[in-house]
Amino acid sequence: MAINAKDVEWVEETPMNFWEATYLPAVFDGLLTTGAHVANNRTVTEQYPEQQPKLPTHYRGVHRLNRDDKGRVKCVACMMCATACPAHCIEIVAQDAPKDDPHWADRDKFPKSFVIDELKCIYCGMCEEACPVDSIELTHIYDLVGLTRQEMMFDKEKLLSVFDQTKDSGIDPIRTHKGKLGHASDFTDLHTLGPATTVRADDRSAKAVSSGVISN
Amino acid sequence: MQFINDFLSGQWNWIVGMLPEAAKPYAMPGLVIFIVLNVTLGACSYLILLERKLSAWMQDRLGPNRVGPMGLLQPVADMLKLLLKEDVIPGHVNKFLFVLAPGISVFTTFLAFAVVPFGPVPKGLTAGDGQFPFIIAPGIDLGVVFIFAIGSLAVYGIILGGWASNNKYSALGCLRASAQVVSYEIPLGMSVVGLALLCGTMSIEKILLFQAERGIYGWNIWYQPLACVIFFIAAMAEAQRLPFDLAECEQELIGGWHTEYSAMKWGLFFLAEYTHVITISFLTSILFFGGWHLPFIAETTSNYSGVWMVKVGVLLAKVSVFIVVIQMLRWTIPRFRFDQLMSLAWLCLIPLAMVNIVMVMVVKQFELNEWWLLPGSAAIFLAAGLMGTQSTKPFARRVAAPIETPGHGGHGHAHAH
Repeated sequence: MAINAKDVEWVEETPMNFWEATYLPAVFDGLLTTGAHVANNRTVTEQYPEQQPKLPTHYRGVHRLNRDDKGRVKCVACMMCATACPAHCIEIVAQDAPKDDPHWADRDKFPKSFVIDELKCIYCGMCEEACPVDSIELTHIYDLVGLTRQEMMFDKEKLLSVFDQTKDSGIDPIRTHKGKLGHASDFTDLHTLGPATTVRADDRSAKAVSSGVISN
Repeated sequence: MQFINDFLSGQWNWIVGMLPEAAKPYAMPGLVIFIVLNVTLGACSYLILLERKLSAWMQDRLGPNRVGPMGLLQPVADMLKLLLKEDVIPGHVNKFLFVLAPGISVFTTFLAFAVVPFGPVPKGLTAGDGQFPFIIAPGIDLGVVFIFAIGSLAVYGIILGGWASNNKYSALGCLRASAQVVSYEIPLGMSVVGLALLCGTMSIEKILLFQAERGIYGWNIWYQPLACVIFFIAAMAEAQRLPFDLAECEQELIGGWHTEYSAMKWGLFFLAEYTHVITISFLTSILFFGGWHLPFIAETTSNYSGVWMVKVGVLLAKVSVFIVVIQMLRWTIPRFRFDQLMSLAWLCLIPLAMVNIVMVMVVKQFELNEWWLLPGSAAIFLAAGLMGTQSTKPFARRVAAPIETPGHGGHGHAHAH
């Protein structure tokens, strides 16, 4: 459909003054500007491999899976990150925590496998926001390389090792509450309409006052 | 200085003496061609480095600095890369023309260099008298015409390359290139007509000598400043340099006519472009700025030993100034729109060049003092500027709102602005 003549707004070029119309002064003016940069150039280039960049604190790099105070993986395999992920790059297989093992006494589920495809990931940080227990976090590691695609599928062990590697680096401290699963677990009066997923009868959340929410 | 002269001529006589009799007349031209080819090729690769460095400094960057000290070996790395890269010939191209095109580009630009003197050409030089001629083809009286004839052939390389690529962007690029070169040939040629009238010759060596004999106030820039500006602009457009590189135009045409070219074939196109830049810098400094002439140091009368080295040095210094100016202009002025490019040639440069020729004719015919050409050129330039400020017809170039005609309702709003 053609544009209605009423909607067309005609913008006139501003008429040039005499020196603008001769063009050459403007060219010399431009040459002065560029020439001044050549004569007095203040380089802003970062010499990368020798000089590492100072990243902002909110930089989003490679993921890590945090450990809790007992050294176990903090993740409760709730699938929230995998659901939130817009790139569908997180694959989690959950497993029930062994009931008779005192090491897992306070836990119901943990990820049997947790794989992030770092090539698919768009580093948006949605997983970090979705995580109710502050388990998955994005670190400041940006120089991620690999020789094969398989190498870039980060599994649970690798993600945990990223945590071990970055927790003392200063810029990626452990930000969550030590000894607790996180502030998400503190909600006791959160009323849900019903469990988001089917809850097993012997799961603690099934016996909770509001279903789906764990209370200690 | 004298011992260098003696050493060089001694060595040369020894080499020529070893040659068979039939080859002797070709020895000196062969040497000149060898020197010109190698120096130009080496200069081209380092000009690319200089351009990258200059652009980096202008943009507060560092430029290439990894290969060798301060990146000085970068051209070597570039050349190795271009030579060793896979040379892709896409399946949908016309193979013969596709391979031919870069060759034509390089061949014609080097051919144009044949009549450009790069040092003090000895007077009355004949082939085979053993003097180093400082020009590949000495004694060509139509030097300027030869350069323009060959220089405009260079566009065949672009047209063939773009056409053979069988690709929309390449076709657009080569169409633009042909329209552009056809338009800019005219002001380029006409700007030099005034010089030919003034100096009474078309030979580049003789134009140079004519200026050198008259001293610094004999330089053509004093009599033809307007022609110099027109020549420089048109030559840059002819060489497809920014701001006139509409044929390659990375942003809209993804490289234009050389979209499909890779490796050394692509490199040859760039070699041709840089050789063209060198040639037009030589021409500007020879035609308008006295060539190797510099007062007190390099006059026609100065005959201290080794003066040829000083003269070559002076000429090369002038040439490098123009090369740097061309490169700086590239990173200073944004690219023209195509209609602006055309209107610059047809509405501005061609009329100016024509008026300039008429002015030279008048001065020569009525035997006025040649110094009238300087204020005359300035007056023409300023008059053109004054016309540019008028937005009335016939100089209006901008599109205006349609004028409302009775019975043609609905345009009232448009006119309110």
